[in-house]
Amino acid sequence: MMDLVQNLIGKNGLVFAFLLVGLIMFISFWLSNKLLNKRIPGVAIAVLAGLGLATFGGEKGISDIPIFAGMALLGGAMLRDFSVVSTAMGADISKIKQAGLAGGVSLLVGVFFSFFLGALIAFLMGYRDAVSITTIGAGACTYIVGPITGSALGAESGVIAISIAIGVVKTIVATIVTPLLAKRIGLDNPHSAIVFGGLIGTSSGVTAGLAATDPELVPYGALTATFYTGLGCLLCPSIFYIIINSLV
Amino acid sequence: MKIYGVALLAFCYLVGKLVGVFLGKLLDINGDVGGVGFAMLLLILLNAFVRKKGWLEAETEKGILFWSSMYIPVVVAMASILNVKAALSGGWLAIIIGLVVTLSAFFLVPVISKIGRPK
Repeated sequence: MMDLVQNLIGKNGLVFAFLLVGLIMFISFWLSNKLLNKRIPGVAIAVLAGLGLATFGGEKGISDIPIFAGMALLGGAMLRDFSVVSTAMGADISKIKQAGLAGGVSLLVGVFFSFFLGALIAFLMGYRDAVSITTIGAGACTYIVGPITGSALGAESGVIAISIAIGVVKTIVATIVTPLLAKRIGLDNPHSAIVFGGLIGTSSGVTAGLAATDPELVPYGALTATFYTGLGCLLCPSIFYIIINSLV
Repeated sequence: MKIYGVALLAFCYLVGKLVGVFLGKLLDINGDVGGVGFAMLLLILLNAFVRKKGWLEAETEKGILFWSSMYIPVVVAMASILNVKAALSGGWLAIIIGLVVTLSAFFLVPVISKIGRPK
């Protein structure tokens, strides 16, 4: 009997993922409405539940366990990007134009700031070779910039692993902290959401954090965040590495 | 028909990704630079255009809106496939850098938001 069910779910992974995520959403919204009086948004609880599930698996979170493999399809890059693009239907072009300059500035500042702050902490914690420091700083941009920079510069695999871990921590922190700090940093309008996307840059963290704060802000944050990883991959192994190399 | 909306979305997605990948090649990065952003801009422009022409039927729009309402469930699924274990086992260095960098960046939001802010 168990074999039969496992086999069925194995063949219908995506459909099972729909059911599972639907249940998570239902329970999260119920908790938020009935028990927490909406003090914590249902979306935030659901995303936290997702992160909690991820701890049961390994490199690919819960999808490492065969019956949950469908989660990798539902939550993978293809459907994520497809549904993120669709949110642009709700975006107002005049607001994007207005925030264009601020968005560009936030991207440059975001990559520069994250890299050098990450590199500085790496230096303070005892790293002295330019390749490792650059790789760790790149990881402080996103978990994609880190390994791309690291392999371009020939960093050790241990350092590359740390750079990925930093990027994942960043995503998780953005997901959890955004709804908590949104008010204090004035993140309640399209203009600041565009700036936020450029400064934080991790697409998954920015979009998950904004979704938990106010779903209407998602397209604005996603719009700038999508350029961040590319900009990081461009700057970290080249200009930033040269700067770090001349400093240490 | 709803599929017209989904197809329009798919068109924007693929063209945007193509531009992103092309830009990546141009910059010698093996990857996609801003593909999602280009796709979103294209969808915004096409949406404004077909709306103005009166070609956008409610059913077509529903095909796109369905996917935009699936966005949050997709994010929940995405959270469940992150390498949370590595983030926790990457040691203090990973946790400290990730935490300090992200939190500091949060407080730059109000500073940079001042640029071009509507009065």
